[in-house]
Amino acid sequence: MALLEINDLHVNYGMITALKGISFEVNEGEVIALIGANGAGKTTTLHALTGLIPAKSGSIKLNGTELTKVPAHKIVEMGMAHVPEGRRIFQHLSVLDNLKLGAYTRKDKANIEKDMQMVYERFPRLAERKSQIAGTLSGGEQQMLAMGRALMSNPKIIVMDEPSMGLSPILVSEIFDIITSIRKDGTTVLLVEQNAKKALAIADRAYVLETGNIVLSGNASDLINDESIKKAYLGE
Amino acid sequence: MKTKSKLIKPYTKKSFITYALLIAVFTIVQLILNFGKMSFMMQSLLVPLCVYSILAVSLNLTVGILGELSLGQAGFMCIGAYSGALFSSLMKEAIPEAMVRFPIAILLGGLCAALFGVLIGIPVLRLRGDYLAIVTLAFGEIIKNICASLYLGKDAEGFHLSIKSAADMNMAPDGKMIINGALGLNGTPKDSNFTVAFIILLITVIIAYNFVYSRTGRAVMSIRDNRIAAESVGLNITKYKLITFGLTAFLAGVAGVIYSHNFSTLQASKFDYNMSILILVFVVLGGIGSIRGSVIAAVVLTLIPELLRETIGNYRMLFYAVILIAMMLVTSNSKLKGRITAYTNKLKGLIKKEKKGEIK
Ligand SMILES: Nc1ncnc2c1ncn2[C@@H]1O[C@H](COP(=O)(O)OP(=O)(O)OP(=O)(O)O)[C@@H](O)[C@H]1O
Ligand SMILES: [Mg+2]
Repeated sequence: MALLEINDLHVNYGMITALKGISFEVNEGEVIALIGANGAGKTTTLHALTGLIPAKSGSIKLNGTELTKVPAHKIVEMGMAHVPEGRRIFQHLSVLDNLKLGAYTRKDKANIEKDMQMVYERFPRLAERKSQIAGTLSGGEQQMLAMGRALMSNPKIIVMDEPSMGLSPILVSEIFDIITSIRKDGTTVLLVEQNAKKALAIADRAYVLETGNIVLSGNASDLINDESIKKAYLGE
Repeated sequence: MKTKSKLIKPYTKKSFITYALLIAVFTIVQLILNFGKMSFMMQSLLVPLCVYSILAVSLNLTVGILGELSLGQAGFMCIGAYSGALFSSLMKEAIPEAMVRFPIAILLGGLCAALFGVLIGIPVLRLRGDYLAIVTLAFGEIIKNICASLYLGKDAEGFHLSIKSAADMNMAPDGKMIINGALGLNGTPKDSNFTVAFIILLITVIIAYNFVYSRTGRAVMSIRDNRIAAESVGLNITKYKLITFGLTAFLAGVAGVIYSHNFSTLQASKFDYNMSILILVFVVLGGIGSIRGSVIAAVVLTLIPELLRETIGNYRMLFYAVILIAMMLVTSNSKLKGRITAYTNKLKGLIKKEKKGEIK
C-alpha cells in the first residue's frame, strides 16, 4: 500500500473544473515531483490533499485512511504537512513563534524542543534570527521558515508548493539540497514545481499535470530525457 | 533559553504599565471623591466610563486580535443588562446580600451574552468575508426591539410573559409588572458603584492581556495574519474564532450588567447601533489591537463631550468632531499604516494576478 493514494480526484471552483479526475500515488520514502504549466491545477491538488478545499469526488488515502471528509486541522495531526505557495508565513510573529505554531497540533510536547533544534541545524539562518519578526526576513529566509514550520509538525509526508519560486539560482540550489536532506532523514516529499529541471533531478518519479489531467508519468530520470517534456518544460 | 531569566517578557512589561496606570487613576479619583471636590456630573460618569472601557477592550479582541468586524456590541450589552437586571430584581428578597447577588448577576449576564455570541458565531464565522459585521448589526437591532416589546409580570398564579402588550399577558390586576415593554425594567437594585465597576474593568484588562499573549491568543493572531498558513499548520480556524468572539460577547454582557445596576430603570432604546459604532470608534482611535489604547480612548472620548457641554454648550459636537479628526491623525501611527499598506499590497497583488490571467 502506498503512503498516499489519490484516485479519480475531481475539484471544482463553482462552474470551473480545476481537476478532472486525477490519480497518482506516493510511496513511503519517495520524492515525487508534480510539474505543469501555470493554471494546470498543481496548487489545487495540494489544497485538496490538505483539506483546504473540498474534493467534489474521488478519494485521497493517507496510510489507508480516507481524507476527503477530514477537516484540514486534523490532516496535519495525521502526518501530512503543507508548505503553501508564496511563502505564507505569519508576517507579524517572530521566527520562533512561527516555528512553535508549526508544532501546534502535536501531542508529544517533549519532542518539540528536539525538533526545534533539528530545524535550526537544518536552517542555520533561522537560528540566527529566532526573535526577528518574520515579515522582515528575506524571501529565501521566509521560504526556509515556511519549510521549517512544516517540519515542526513532525510529518510523515510533506507537500511543498513551488518552494523555489522567486529565488536566486544559488538559493534555489540550497532549497533543493535541503529537500534532498529532508528525504534522507526519512520524510516523504511531494514537490510541486515550475522548475522542472531541478525537480526532476532530485525526484524519484514525476507526474505531469495539464489543465486538470495527468498527461504523463514515469521515472524522473526517464522524463528528463523525454522529448515532449524537454520542449514544454525544460525549454530545450 | 539564556535570555529567559534575564529579560522581563515585553508583554508582562506592557500589561503591568497598564495595570499601574489604571490603579493610579483609580486612587486619584478616590482621593478627589474623599475630599468632596468632584462635581456631581463627573461622579455620575464614573461607572459609565468603566463600562465603556470594558466594552472597548472586549471589542478590541474581535476587531484587533481576530481581525473580524463586529457591530453588535450594544446587542450583547443589552442581553447582559436585561438578564442580569432581571435576575437581581427577582432575587432581591431571596438574596438580600448585594455582595453575593451582584457577582452572580454579572456572571449570568456575561454567560447569556456569550451564549448568543456563540450561536451567531457558529454559522457566520465559518464564512470568509465581512458577514459578521452585517449579521451583528442586524442582531443588535433585533435584540433591542425584542427587549423593547417584552412584557413580564408576576401574580399569584406565577409569571406572565408577552412580546405584544401588557394586556396580552393575562395577568391578574394586582400582579406586579417586572418588565414593562418600552418603559423597560424597573426596580433593579443599585448594586453598581465606581469601585466595583473599576475592579471589573481591571479584571477585564487582565483577561484581555492574558488572552492575547497565551497560546490561544497566538493562534488567533496567526489566523488574522494569514488564514491559509494557519489552516496549513492545522489550526481549527472556526474554533479559535468562536472562542474570541464568545469572549468578546461575554465581556460585553458583563459591561451590560454593571450598566443596568447603575440605574434603577433600564430601557432597551439605549442599546442602539449608535452605541455599537461609538465603541468601535473607541477601538479604532485607541489603536487597533492596543488594549491600553482602547481604555484611554473610551475615557477621553466620553469625557470630552461632557466637559464641552459645561463650557461651550451647543457648539460641543462641532469641537468633538474636530477632536476626533485630530486623534485620528495622531493615532494613524505605524500600526494602522501597516495594516493599510498590507491591504493595498493585497489589492495590488490581486490586480497583478488578474493581469497574469488567473482567478484566485
Ligand atoms: N479560488 C479559485 N476560484 C476559481 N478558480 C480558481 C481558484 N483557484 C484556482 N482556480 C483556477 O483553477 C485552475 C488551477 O489553478 P491552480 O492554482 O491549481 O494552478 P497551478 O497549477 O498551481 O498554477 P501556478 O503554477 O500558476 O501556481 C486555474 O485555472 C485557476 O484559475
Ligand atoms: Mg500554484
